[in-house]
Amino acid sequence: MLTVRGLTKRYGDTEVVRGLDLNVRRGECFGLLGPNGAGKTTTLRLLLGLIEPDAGSIELAGIAVPQHAREARMKIGVVPQMDNLDPDFSVRENLFAYGRYFGMKKAAIAARVPELLEFAGLSSKADAQIAQLSGGMKRRLTLARALVHNPDILFLDEPTTGLDPQARHLIWQGLRRLIADGKTIVLTTHFMEEAERLTDRLAILDHGRLVAEGAPRALIESHIEPAVVEIYGEGLAGWTRDHACQVCQRSESVGETLFCYTHNAERVIDALKPVPALRYLHRPSNLEDVFLKLTGRDLRD
Amino acid sequence: MIKHLRLPLLSWRFIPVWQRNYLVWKKLAIPAILGNLADPMLYMLGLGYGLGSLLPDVGGMPYLTFLAAGTVAYSTMNAATFEVLYSSFSRMHVQRTWDAIMNAPMTLDDVMLGELTWAVAKSLLSGLAILAVIWGLGLYGNFWMTLWIIPVVALVGFCFGGMGLVMNAVSPSYDFFLYYFTLVITPMVLLCGVFFPVSQLPLPVQAVSAWLPLTHAIDLARPLVVGSVPGDITLHVVALLVYGSLSYVIALALTRRRLLK
Repeated sequence: MLTVRGLTKRYGDTEVVRGLDLNVRRGECFGLLGPNGAGKTTTLRLLLGLIEPDAGSIELAGIAVPQHAREARMKIGVVPQMDNLDPDFSVRENLFAYGRYFGMKKAAIAARVPELLEFAGLSSKADAQIAQLSGGMKRRLTLARALVHNPDILFLDEPTTGLDPQARHLIWQGLRRLIADGKTIVLTTHFMEEAERLTDRLAILDHGRLVAEGAPRALIESHIEPAVVEIYGEGLAGWTRDHACQVCQRSESVGETLFCYTHNAERVIDALKPVPALRYLHRPSNLEDVFLKLTGRDLRD
Repeated sequence: MIKHLRLPLLSWRFIPVWQRNYLVWKKLAIPAILGNLADPMLYMLGLGYGLGSLLPDVGGMPYLTFLAAGTVAYSTMNAATFEVLYSSFSRMHVQRTWDAIMNAPMTLDDVMLGELTWAVAKSLLSGLAILAVIWGLGLYGNFWMTLWIIPVVALVGFCFGGMGLVMNAVSPSYDFFLYYFTLVITPMVLLCGVFFPVSQLPLPVQAVSAWLPLTHAIDLARPLVVGSVPGDITLHVVALLVYGSLSYVIALALTRRRLLK
């Protein structure tokens, strides 16, 4: 559905996207993860043909981008990171206006609007102004708007950033429905939980480069030990010195906490028993651990 | 900017953008029309009657007629300018409406052409309203001649729409537009013969005035109000076309640099 080869984008001397290869299959939900500034949004803009790459090729549903970006965009729905619904229009008018940008006839849009409103859970808000909608409603409307022309593939840039858990779960439900309908989805996110729940496969980007790619569970299994014990409290330094290298396969000291990655959490917990001042949290390792291992813990502002 | 410079792509796809602006405008059409017209009308009638009664003929015609002809051009200029400065800027920068449109199969060229043609439409409306007053008060020499003012108004809207879009492309905020008004629009209002004939100005200033787009607009509009054929029609038309087209091409390049990077 989407094939990217050697995609490169430079701004001055900085390479924001560096030789990216991606392959998204039809009907797949594909996640694009990475810290701020990793090149996720630039990649999406390149895929849409909004900006021109310095090297590499993009093929979207068999259409070369950016050469034939117009045709390609007929098949793409976009949910942008920043809310850009038209505040001068009502909910219904937003859908109509957007359909016209795709060259749709009035009757065709009118036929589509009720099911889009139903999908977004906004049937009762059809004539509401945008300012009257909550953040979650706006995001659902943006999602419905992206579907007005019934695209094959959806690009979502951080679709649940800034939403409360209820609103986020509603968006996830909506996305699952679309996946079940056979849509192909490419989403960027900062929420590992979101990526773990929704995506079939994901790619982790850092500094414009692909650092890992695969199914979420496979990535966890191949990149990291199955369990994590987070240890903190009085006497951590001494314990780390005496025990950490024996019981942890890999450990990482972050501020006042020691992250102990292990195949055998029992051994770690046994070794902690003699030091009651040390407190710990034992949990299975997750995608966030993989992410932090691969992209580091430094802030990216 | 140079690498973004290229000829505009013209496509009918600009129509949904134009239509979007029209539908929003239609919602508040009556207050918008009143707001657009009250200001130039008050100036024209207030100064025209008040000042006009103290003056002999100005430029060979009653002062009210003189001023009405200037006001057609001046209010057209303002309508186009306000539209592409404040309104386009809201849509581009504040509401991000342009971004949303460009995620559909639309290019920046389509969006900008939609904005430019919408500015022309707003100018037409403004110019036509002043023209209606001219007809109503019988300030014209030959009715059929005044109909030529309609294409002139569209041309003036195109010219100032294009120029304003350059400002829109480089502006960081609404405040920035004050420079354009203070340094470009207001001086033109005073130097191009809206309120008094350019011949009253010192010669070097007259020479500058001859280059300004509003002068060309007024040199076309005023004779048409009085009922005579404007002199140097080709010069004035070409000047307005060149100002508008060049500005539009530059505005496209600057906006492309701003948004599509």
